[in-house]
Amino acid sequence: MLKKIYHRILDWVDDRTGLPKMIGKTARHLVPPDAKWWYVFGSATLCAFMIQVITGVALAFAYIPSASEAYSTLHFISDQAPFGHFLRGLHYYGASAMVLMVGLHMTQVFLAGSYKFPRELNWATGVLLLGFTLVMGFTGQLLRGDQNAVWTVVVAAEQAGRTPFIGQWLAHFILGGDTVGGATLTRFFAIHVFIMPGFIFAFVGLHLWLVLRHGISEPPKAGKPVDPKTYRAEYKELIEKKGKPFWPDSAWRDVVFCVVMIVGIAALAFIYGAPQLGKPPDPSITTASPRPDWYLMWYFAVLALMPHGTEQYFLIFGPLIVGIILIALPFVFNRGERSPWRRPWAVAIVLMTMVMIATLWVAGVKSPWSPNFNAPPLSTSIVGATNGPVFVGAQLFHAKGCLNCHLIASDGGRRGPDLTAVADRLLKDQMVLKIANGGVNMPAYAANLTPAEMDALVAFLQSRKIPRP
Amino acid sequence: MKEPNTEHASTGCSASPAELSRRKFLARLSLAVGGIGALIVTVPVVGFILAPFFERRKEVWRSVGKVESFKIGETTAVKYEDASPLPWAGVTARSAAWLRRVNADTFIAFSINCTHLGCPVRWLAEANLFMCPCHGGVYYEDGTVAAGPPPLPLPRYPVRVKDGDVQIQTAPIPITK
Repeated sequence: MLKKIYHRILDWVDDRTGLPKMIGKTARHLVPPDAKWWYVFGSATLCAFMIQVITGVALAFAYIPSASEAYSTLHFISDQAPFGHFLRGLHYYGASAMVLMVGLHMTQVFLAGSYKFPRELNWATGVLLLGFTLVMGFTGQLLRGDQNAVWTVVVAAEQAGRTPFIGQWLAHFILGGDTVGGATLTRFFAIHVFIMPGFIFAFVGLHLWLVLRHGISEPPKAGKPVDPKTYRAEYKELIEKKGKPFWPDSAWRDVVFCVVMIVGIAALAFIYGAPQLGKPPDPSITTASPRPDWYLMWYFAVLALMPHGTEQYFLIFGPLIVGIILIALPFVFNRGERSPWRRPWAVAIVLMTMVMIATLWVAGVKSPWSPNFNAPPLSTSIVGATNGPVFVGAQLFHAKGCLNCHLIASDGGRRGPDLTAVADRLLKDQMVLKIANGGVNMPAYAANLTPAEMDALVAFLQSRKIPRP
Repeated sequence: MKEPNTEHASTGCSASPAELSRRKFLARLSLAVGGIGALIVTVPVVGFILAPFFERRKEVWRSVGKVESFKIGETTAVKYEDASPLPWAGVTARSAAWLRRVNADTFIAFSINCTHLGCPVRWLAEANLFMCPCHGGVYYEDGTVAAGPPPLPLPRYPVRVKDGDVQIQTAPIPITK
């Protein structure tokens, strides 16, 4: 009886809207039989995006996009609102998951050569979606409205400022004026909450439309290259002979993976919560150490490690060239072998990119180029003297900022060489020369030390050696 | 293979030349009128969003303290308000500079923004250096580059003494080209 009513209602809705049949047909479109776990990352990205939309809308119930209020609403959400801390955590780890899944999805599609004919535009729209996702991550970090956010905007404006001809305009546009101020945050809010999600919805729609139009690509087989003349007919034959309906034969994996991901995100949000808020967004507090969120930590390392004088190339032309290469890829290489076993260069590029990003990421987390402003004066046991030139030299080593950049027995900074055993490799005169003249990354101290101070400092450094038996 | 016929199929009749030219006219009319409508809406929107490009802000002098409150030879961080703070800007309207009293009536104000990527440099009083926390840029006490990635010396802001007050002129965040 109930079943009968249900079917009558469904028939009526289908007659008036046409939607149930259309959705059913789309959901059951035929996919290659071997599309298994490798194929879940695209839907996982979409799943993460949906989490972002839902949690983002919820956060917007309390968030005030105003330079003076954003920070306090963030504190309210984190510290007082029921579920607030958890919700912020979901939004943060959801963003992390989305970036991660975009990366995995892109890697899988690249390795399987799925971007080749006729799916060039699937790839190109995907590259744009990657760009939108990174913009979302970046602007989202700014909406926290804390000190880190303020300096991230300034760093972004400075980067944009290096663009030839229009740099100053771009910087002005990012800051929303001449300085960080009331106009800055609302602009990023509009971009994060309206413009970028709009673009993402539109391009996800286009991306999915293209997936349906060209079909999910079959797993690559070595020795079976893509020939644009015959590919479509071959694919059609494969699908008609062996294709399985997407729902539920293939979709169940997407559902399971998505739920596992949600559980992971929720667990991280529950255990660790969202990142701690920094100091208030006051640009006049000079005690700041701006850091990006983890997914841009490797880029932070690029900024620090690029050779002097090449900033413009790295900051502007680097991302531009990477973008152009990524978009152009399927148009230049739209045929030939798809199997990674026959594309050693593709595998090498993925491996090299991963090694590069991982290395830069580790470097970014350690950030040895950042001076250590919090190094306490060296302890007596390390100095090994309580008076005399060695003791005075050790005091100077701290006072003159040497310790900000140099390590002595694992105390200090890592910007410059470790000086724990410097006397084993430098003679007294070499030390004087180095301290007086400095180097590319070290100030010249000639005008900054009296001869007596120089003597004491060198006496201290001469006492830095590994004791030999 | 259907495409050439769709126009006819949709109107349900074959078109005479007169009808065709009328149809062409109507299509062009719709596009042109639609374009005008779109322009009426988009021009103010784009103008509104790009507004920061067009406004030239008038810089103003801000008092940062009495002359006597600064010791000769010392460099301290001073805070002041932007040229035109918006009512809802809160603490984000604040700016800072490193102010040094060189002698009885000479002051120098350095930007706090590193010329590398804009991070806030700190003054190390005992070392007589400005040091940047981001990528280790270092400047000598006169603001010239001592070490690290900064391409330019620390910018200086105009300072004056008026009625016993030290005043700094507001300025845009210096953006290195």
